[in-house]
Amino acid sequence: MSVTVPLDHNAELRRAGAFAHGFFGQARFLARRYPLGAAGAIILIFFILCGIFAEWVAPMDPLTTNAKYSLAAPSARNWMGADMMGRDEFSRIVHGARISLMVAISATGLGAIFGVSIGLASGYIGGWFDLVFQRVVDVLQSLPLLVMALVITAALGPSLENTIIAIALPLIPSVSRVIRSNTLSLREMPFVEAAQAAGMSEWRIAIRHVLPNTLAPLIVLATAQLGSTILTEASLSFLGLGVPEPHPSWGRMLSESAAEYVRTAPWLVIFPGLAISLIVFGTNLLGDAMRDLLDPRQRS
Amino acid sequence: MDQQVNTQDVLKVNGLTTYFFTRRGVVKAVDDVSFTVRAGETLAIVGESGCGKSITALSLMRLIPSPPGRTIAGTVMLDGTDLLQLSEPKMRQMRGNKISMIFQEPMTALNPLLTIGRQVAETLILHQNMSRQAAQARAVEMLKFVKIPEAEQRAREYPHQLSGGMRQRAMIAMALACNPRVLICDEPTTALDVTIQAQILELIVELQRNFGTAVILITHDLGVVAETAHRVIVMYAGRKVEEASAEELFHRPLHPYMNGLLGSIPRVGLTKRATASEHVALQEIPGIVPALNDLPIGCAFAPRCPNAGDKCRAAIPPFEEKLPGHFAACWHSDVGAKVPT
Repeated sequence: MSVTVPLDHNAELRRAGAFAHGFFGQARFLARRYPLGAAGAIILIFFILCGIFAEWVAPMDPLTTNAKYSLAAPSARNWMGADMMGRDEFSRIVHGARISLMVAISATGLGAIFGVSIGLASGYIGGWFDLVFQRVVDVLQSLPLLVMALVITAALGPSLENTIIAIALPLIPSVSRVIRSNTLSLREMPFVEAAQAAGMSEWRIAIRHVLPNTLAPLIVLATAQLGSTILTEASLSFLGLGVPEPHPSWGRMLSESAAEYVRTAPWLVIFPGLAISLIVFGTNLLGDAMRDLLDPRQRS
Repeated sequence: MDQQVNTQDVLKVNGLTTYFFTRRGVVKAVDDVSFTVRAGETLAIVGESGCGKSITALSLMRLIPSPPGRTIAGTVMLDGTDLLQLSEPKMRQMRGNKISMIFQEPMTALNPLLTIGRQVAETLILHQNMSRQAAQARAVEMLKFVKIPEAEQRAREYPHQLSGGMRQRAMIAMALACNPRVLICDEPTTALDVTIQAQILELIVELQRNFGTAVILITHDLGVVAETAHRVIVMYAGRKVEEASAEELFHRPLHPYMNGLLGSIPRVGLTKRATASEHVALQEIPGIVPALNDLPIGCAFAPRCPNAGDKCRAAIPPFEEKLPGHFAACWHSDVGAKVPT
């Protein structure tokens, strides 16, 4: 905050973002306006960068075992300790970020694409189409996310792609529900009628006028789901159905250690758990800020 | 009304009939309505809420929600093409291009997520095959036409940043962007405050003069009609009950319904300054509009009409020319006619 001299117009204007030009200026203004959202963005960006540059960030190879350091406590060599096979925990968490984020982002994206398409079509077309698809969605929704994912991975077999599909599929119902209900109310808005009166095709109205107006709740939902997909992936891996060995996944790192080493080597539980909590926290903070930001009425 | 009115008929509506088929029966929202509008002319359609004026407008645009609504008869000839016979894609090319419409609520009739400029440009891109840049430039030009100050700046703003009057101007810019032959204004000023109302009406009249557009003005505000319309159609319960030039109608209303409407307008000084002999109480039309799915057999206005007789309750009066250029549907139009003071 700048100094509050009475009637200092420039200070007031600066606070309202009048001088925020260019990308960095805008970013700085937004960060000041939504400090929590900025914190969330920083956490998420931090993990994404970790994932992308894992080879450079991680001091060791996450897959190389070394019996000498089995269950080593955190030290200068192994910052977060080492697991039973002597693999460096810190390096594994850094590489795990890549796997976890890849699964989370692609699963959320996939689920959102299908959910939005079904929800928009359902809400806009209505009639028998709506009836049929919403009943399918009902069936999908009747199973809890985790159980659904379990069934799918069990059926498809554990692999990275199958994990993504297994997590994405149970996301479809909630996304399509939100989009459908929004579409239903938006379809009755005068601007839709005005767009019809301007000679736009139904298709164009749905894509250009209705869809963008449903995106604000979708972003909130998707960021919230991003957190829960990370948790689902962790749970699946915890149960041995997620991303298979030797890829480091936070969930499996947690699961392998939780039962056996929680007393003898608690760092093997604490650090992956911390990583999961932190990224879920970050995505949720970001999601909240995004909702405000995406509404033009909240801007400027 | 002093301007020259082009005598070319732009829009010819004949026997337009739109019914809503609901669980409670057939709602005769628009029943056998005919009229013509000439280039540069303003035709007002007046009547109470629920008399079918808006449905008439939507029928012309073919935007009746279907089901339950359907236009079951009539022709809508726009420059010789019957809109009701066009395929949906062909009709889409007409909407916003040859026949445009502006709505009552300027607050919600614009997409909140697109800038004003984009929304005006969109119709141009759609109908005139303009490039994005050309359309954007033309949009700014249109915003200048409708007298939005700092049009370049406003074009980049979102609807919530504009006042109601500004938004209605933007809507008009959108509707007129493709220079349509017919502009339908459905209660364009109802949601605006009085000073803005006058400005918007003035704007519509001025643009109409410049573009030669035929305007159909739908309103329940007789003040607005007196100010802007050349000819007036009075609708009651889905039917046309009177048609005349605005001047003629206000001076010599033939249908008792129109008479009642005129009597129910409060005038400044009506009660305060009038002497006892001049004192006229504000009249009302007794009763309510009949349900459109349960109309009386005879004249729909008969239950509320002071002159109604047995004949009125038995048969629907024909719509006839009672005086030169003055049409009405009433068995007693000679009795109903009285010159208001």
